[in-house]
Amino acid sequence: MRRKVLVCGGTGCVSSRSREVYDALESELAGRGLGEQFELKYTGCHGFCEQGPLVLVEPEGYFYCRVTKEHVAKLVDSLQEGSVYEDLLYKDPDTGNRVKTRNDVPFYQKQKRLVLKNCGLINPESIEDYLNAGGYRTLQKVFKMSPDAVIDEVKKAGLRGRGGGGFPTGLKWEYARKARGDKKYIICNADEGDPGAFMDRSILEGDPHRVLEGMLTAGYAIGAGEGFVYIRAEYPLAVRRLDIAIKEAREKGFLGENILGSGFNFDIHIKQGAGAFVCGEETALIESIQGNRGMPRPRPPFPAVKGLWDRPTVVNNVETLANLPIIFDMGAEAYAAIGTEQSKGTKIFALTGKIKNTGLVEVPMGITLREIIFDIGGGIPNGKKFKAVQIGGPSGGGLSAQHLDLPIDYDSLIDAGAMMGSGGLVVMDEDTCMVELARFFLSFTRMEACGKCTPCREGNTRLLEILERIVEGRGELQDLDLLESLGHTIIDTSLCGLGQSAPNPVLSALKYFRPEYEMHVKNKLCPAGVCKALLSYRIIEEKCKACGLCLKHCPVGAITGKKGEPHRIDPEMCKKCGECLKKCPFGAIVLAGGDGFGQGQSDHKRNHVSRTQALYNLKSGGRERH
Amino acid sequence: MCVVEVKGARKLMAACATPVSDGMEVLTESDRVINARREILRLLIANHDLRCLTCERNGDCRLQDYCYRYKVEDTPYKGEVIEYPIDTNNPFFIRDYSKCIRCGKCVTVCAEINGAYVYDFMHRGFETKVTSAYDDTLQETTCTFCGMCVNVCPVAALVEKSTLWAGRPWEIKKVTTTCPYCGVGCQLKLKVKDNRIIGVAADRSGPNLGDLCSKGQFGWDYVHSPDRLTDPLVKRNGKFIKVSWDEALNYVAARFKDILNEWGGRAFAGLSSAKCTNEENYLFQKFMRSILQTNNIDHCARL
Repeated sequence: MRRKVLVCGGTGCVSSRSREVYDALESELAGRGLGEQFELKYTGCHGFCEQGPLVLVEPEGYFYCRVTKEHVAKLVDSLQEGSVYEDLLYKDPDTGNRVKTRNDVPFYQKQKRLVLKNCGLINPESIEDYLNAGGYRTLQKVFKMSPDAVIDEVKKAGLRGRGGGGFPTGLKWEYARKARGDKKYIICNADEGDPGAFMDRSILEGDPHRVLEGMLTAGYAIGAGEGFVYIRAEYPLAVRRLDIAIKEAREKGFLGENILGSGFNFDIHIKQGAGAFVCGEETALIESIQGNRGMPRPRPPFPAVKGLWDRPTVVNNVETLANLPIIFDMGAEAYAAIGTEQSKGTKIFALTGKIKNTGLVEVPMGITLREIIFDIGGGIPNGKKFKAVQIGGPSGGGLSAQHLDLPIDYDSLIDAGAMMGSGGLVVMDEDTCMVELARFFLSFTRMEACGKCTPCREGNTRLLEILERIVEGRGELQDLDLLESLGHTIIDTSLCGLGQSAPNPVLSALKYFRPEYEMHVKNKLCPAGVCKALLSYRIIEEKCKACGLCLKHCPVGAITGKKGEPHRIDPEMCKKCGECLKKCPFGAIVLAGGDGFGQGQSDHKRNHVSRTQALYNLKSGGRERH
Repeated sequence: MCVVEVKGARKLMAACATPVSDGMEVLTESDRVINARREILRLLIANHDLRCLTCERNGDCRLQDYCYRYKVEDTPYKGEVIEYPIDTNNPFFIRDYSKCIRCGKCVTVCAEINGAYVYDFMHRGFETKVTSAYDDTLQETTCTFCGMCVNVCPVAALVEKSTLWAGRPWEIKKVTTTCPYCGVGCQLKLKVKDNRIIGVAADRSGPNLGDLCSKGQFGWDYVHSPDRLTDPLVKRNGKFIKVSWDEALNYVAARFKDILNEWGGRAFAGLSSAKCTNEENYLFQKFMRSILQTNNIDHCARL
């Protein structure tokens, strides 16, 4: 058997130059005449993007992290010798031990990788690889069943929409199957708009045929002849691999007429989105495919009855569709054994924020936040304390430490004031200000409203303005009531999921972190030490050597003091530029929220904010606004 | 504003777009509904040019009406207000988007009734604007200047130029009449102040259901033209002299008879007008053929 060298070609690893590693490996192997002995592959994502570029050696399962082209010569040495290249193995930050294989890395131990099974192990640009991994096998099974039996099987499996809403997939199919129409459509929703979420992208980049197989199953079940994948144009790699996959599937007869001799005809087209967040909402998405402005339609009629070009249409998320081959492979009963009473199977989360291991994780429903954050994510870095976790993207909700042992499923999250959403999971430590955080999320959603409903279009901007007042120290106590009442009205009167969830970050924060909000408005203090307007620079008398450096550099003359006596900063005059803190050689100047909260964290904070901002700019694609 | 409470529904529903179903219990003025409407009104007036004192729609404004009905006097949301320059480029109406409430009625009427598809929503979020493609002047678009958008606008975002500073809504008398332009017989309401027409409003009771074309909506300025003929004139000694209708008709009838006797029907030709109804056109040709004994008849629609 040839040994395999798998280089990760997901977007994360490509950004950290995995292509260079691949090319270097290719020429090194060829140069040493080892091209025959080793099978070099460019694969999809492993989810542990932070450690990329990743290289996996099979069958031993050696898992090499942060590989650069400089490592390649030594890496090939080790391949030749059949030894392990110790320096590149994952190093457990707690024990300092090197971990040999992927499955021994703590990040993977509590995961249950079903949907992501092939990601990182097969070449997504080769249908042969997918077939060898058992791909398209379930179609034989599905085509032997009646469409109604297929729907029943999905119902039995208890599959619910992974796009966030959690609507039972089988039920949706049943509506579409029963609805009358001369044509029916399947749409795969790959308009993954949540900043920080990238599971759909990873599936499409790493295992695109799995999604096609799911679409074929869905199409057969409802009686559709045509499918569309609505995908963000900001995902060029996914678009390219999907395009290759569709072409290959057509060549092999998995798409087209009379598929596998079943008499079932089905073809799939790609439609690229233009960067509107709201187009992830199914009815806006349908409008967009029809060439109209992405604005949601009122429901009912639901798309299952009257969707694309007014015909019965099922819109399923990428991850939902990718689950179907698993269900028909293992059987509905085995699938339903995973998860909780009401939520079956696994869910992929994008783990980001103040956490040691960031990346994509697939876990069974019902796992607790504690397991995800501490066991898989490795906990909070720099010895900081866990404070909150934002679940469900910008329109999800922030949960506090009291929810750490909450088993996660669709319903428990809704009850707690958050939502599954797309599965974004942003972890916050004690240095995160919940007011500032809510302000951040709203500044995103308020720009993404389609403009149809007044409460969403106008209301989210007003929420944002109130939060801006609060972080700038101009908030009043009645502002908190205003936030709450306005937030509830927006949820109650908006047409689509965007408006109905946009105020969630504010409302959940008010619910679980109200004292922090009150501190901002009553005491004009930011306990986390983030809100600049609520902080002040002070000189610690005992440490001040009266050198006069700060006095010399203060651009507004806010510092006074004579030789031999500690200097003082006049808080009224101080513009909070931070020059004095940078210049003081004795560390005598601190940035503090009134009572000395969050001392000396200014630079660290600024970094955090700009990184998050950068993420936003990246995800919003820089297209929609000029 | 059309949100209603449906018993059993999780959230408020848009009455305009929710199909009725059996056993549905709908509350149109419950506390929850009223509170939501009030909040929406507060949001609308927070981003609206509130110079009502001199607004052309003052007293005839849906935003005012609903604020009054739900006792919304002010807004707690003091923040950004978007101001747009007023577009006065076309000859018929102004577009003052600082007063637009983005209800989208103009979008619908233009697309679904006229079929011109001039308006749509532009930009996203708070900056959403309802305007023409590329925010161009309407002359650059497929606009036919039918003015239906002006007639459906609930506020003063679209206002006829002829009514600017011409009178307050309560000083204007609305006179129902028939459009004089063609045989369809569209009904419309003339806005009359001090016995002068200053504009046209929709009359939804006629066969046209309030819809008009640019002629009926904006083509009434001839009424007050000094060049307009208001009396019959007869040329005597090379000059037109004002005469009574009887005298004029008698004169014409006498000349018809003389010509017919002297030259026969071939000396006549008749040209009819598209402003006449079918019935009038029928009578005209009947008169020409049977009384004036000629087939020399034509119609301006053939020109």
